[in-house]
Amino acid sequence: MTVLRCETMPVRSQQDVVAVRQSVRSFAVAQGLSLVDQTKIVTAASELARNTLDHGGGGTARLEAVSDNGRTGVRLTFEDRGPGIADIARAMTDGFTTGSGLGLGLGGAKRLSNDFDLWSRTGEGTRVTITRWK
Amino acid sequence: MDRIPILRMGQFLIVSIQVDMHDRLALTLQADLAARISQTGAHGVLLDISSLEVVDSFIGRMISNIAGTSRVLDAETVVVGIQPAVAITLVELGLSLPGVRTALNIEKGMAMLREATAGFEEADAAGRNSLSECDDDSAAL
Repeated sequence: MTVLRCETMPVRSQQDVVAVRQSVRSFAVAQGLSLVDQTKIVTAASELARNTLDHGGGGTARLEAVSDNGRTGVRLTFEDRGPGIADIARAMTDGFTTGSGLGLGLGGAKRLSNDFDLWSRTGEGTRVTITRWK
Repeated sequence: MDRIPILRMGQFLIVSIQVDMHDRLALTLQADLAARISQTGAHGVLLDISSLEVVDSFIGRMISNIAGTSRVLDAETVVVGIQPAVAITLVELGLSLPGVRTALNIEKGMAMLREATAGFEEADAAGRNSLSECDDDSAAL
């Protein structure tokens, strides 16, 4: 996989979440994703950025324009050094939440992406990587 | 602080969200709208989200909460102008906005509100109740 362009953004405030959404949109447009696919990855980004902020205590979002075997896409990595996820299987279940949300964030982001990867260790942090291909 | 404007038209309140809202702004709108319904005795809320390019679970929950709160305060809510890509994404995300009335555009939304609140209009006219109490334009009534 080749990374064509990369940008790392802070996720430390609600305004940062809005900024991440807008930058993900411009990456998705530049990579030629359809309007529906743009909307899906921007929505997934919004869910994950909010998780980074609310559950991880803030962190970073890395946006990458990628290409692999002739296909192009957008890959996003959200990383925090927060408390980590104690029970990943439960955290992925729709409706499960430790916060005030609906509990659709992780499961929803997975459904809205083509590739989904979650790493988390208690006390160390959480990293979620998603990719949406054109 | 930023606020989303709430306009009043007769017995309806109209809100058009034109900005990419951060979470606190969405919560403020929810609270403002509940206060305005209670103040004006409005029987309908038209929520235009045609400018929203993203509705994530937080905004989706705000929309459901607005509809639920309005109902408890005796007002109907119609959400209008959801973009097709947003609708597809919402359903895939797992949100189908149960209990929220939707219409394709403002015109259809207003017609829906008028129909839903037809009974109130007569009751208000007969009882000369709450609507005129707290209004800026009450002198004209």
